[in-house]
Amino acid sequence: MKRLIVCIAGIWMGFCFTSGALAGDGPRLGDPLPSIILPAPEDPAHRRYLGLSDGDSFRIPQIKAEVVIIEIFSMYCPHCQTEAPLVNRLYEKIEATPLLKERIKLIGIGVGNTPFEVGVFKKKYQISFPLFPDADFVMHKAFGEVRTPFFVGVRLNGDGTDRVIYAKVGGLEGVDRFLDLILKQSGIDQER
Amino acid sequence: MKRIAFALLLGWTAVFAAATNGSARSDAFKENIYDPGPLKPIDSKLKVGVGEKAPDFSLPAVSGGKVSLSQFLGRKNVVISFVPAAWTPVCSDQWPGYNIVKDLFDQYDAVLIGITVDNIPSLFAWIRQMGKLWFPVLSDFWPHGGVADTYGVLRSDGMSERALFVIDKKGIIRYIDVHDINQRPRLEILMGELEKLPR
Repeated sequence: MKRLIVCIAGIWMGFCFTSGALAGDGPRLGDPLPSIILPAPEDPAHRRYLGLSDGDSFRIPQIKAEVVIIEIFSMYCPHCQTEAPLVNRLYEKIEATPLLKERIKLIGIGVGNTPFEVGVFKKKYQISFPLFPDADFVMHKAFGEVRTPFFVGVRLNGDGTDRVIYAKVGGLEGVDRFLDLILKQSGIDQER
Repeated sequence: MKRIAFALLLGWTAVFAAATNGSARSDAFKENIYDPGPLKPIDSKLKVGVGEKAPDFSLPAVSGGKVSLSQFLGRKNVVISFVPAAWTPVCSDQWPGYNIVKDLFDQYDAVLIGITVDNIPSLFAWIRQMGKLWFPVLSDFWPHGGVADTYGVLRSDGMSERALFVIDKKGIIRYIDVHDINQRPRLEILMGELEKLPR
């Protein structure tokens, strides 16, 4: 009986300690971004875009930017498919705005997607920003097993620290509105 | 002390196992997905094999009318995708992926047929959430799971397996993947099998 009680207590404690990550709510505003390691892009243009030096892998705070927007997607997700043109417009708008071009970077993480499947999504929707496969759901778990699409905005503070400024499931609800919100939350629109 | 450590380990393991069923849910289905939890990976015994003639069938399509395997004989390679049930986690994120690769199926002169044991009204509501599908979705509801049973992919609980069959233009089965029901087959493996078919 004692053993049973101890086992139940163990299961409950395990649940309590991890329930935040399992809730599907994703990263919390103000918190640091979950620590994840991404493979360095093979495409030299993508390495340049992210400002990465040599190396096989990198962490998001190493990206040369003030804000990084992360789209958590899947090629199998119908909502991600319909959202893809809007996300492309967001990327194009940032790249076409001199004040933002070097300060905000956009990446995608294909959860449960192999490199082939990410390649299919990239080709189908002619996506120019870097996409990373997460075939074994490692990054998906780090982000709290969120539904897709899920957008995370992270402010890189320049001192190696970072904080989440946006985290929400679903679409962008308008490119301009989304970008305005990111600028407001990050504070970078008032710095220059 | 050992018991406490063991219990904590058990707790973590139980929670971690629950968190690692390996699927990402699309927001397209909102909160409407029923999660049955991890299931026995395979719960049936195949009744057909590679190199054998694929049993013919004729099933009602969600879009109306009936679709038969034999109507593609001599004209198209066929991929049959059985998925276990509408409104469940992995199934809901499988066909939408196939829906954006019609060009790959065309490249291999192949058509795709989706089959579940659900009835037409349930399938109608479910696939509407996926957008407009380019391939037919057939209901193997009645006699329940009849085609799935003929192929040997009907599970003991009445669902079908998550299974892929590649059938060439002569009606011969060239590839079978009765997949772990809890996981989605990788697209590149299916495409690799289609590439092996004679042109």
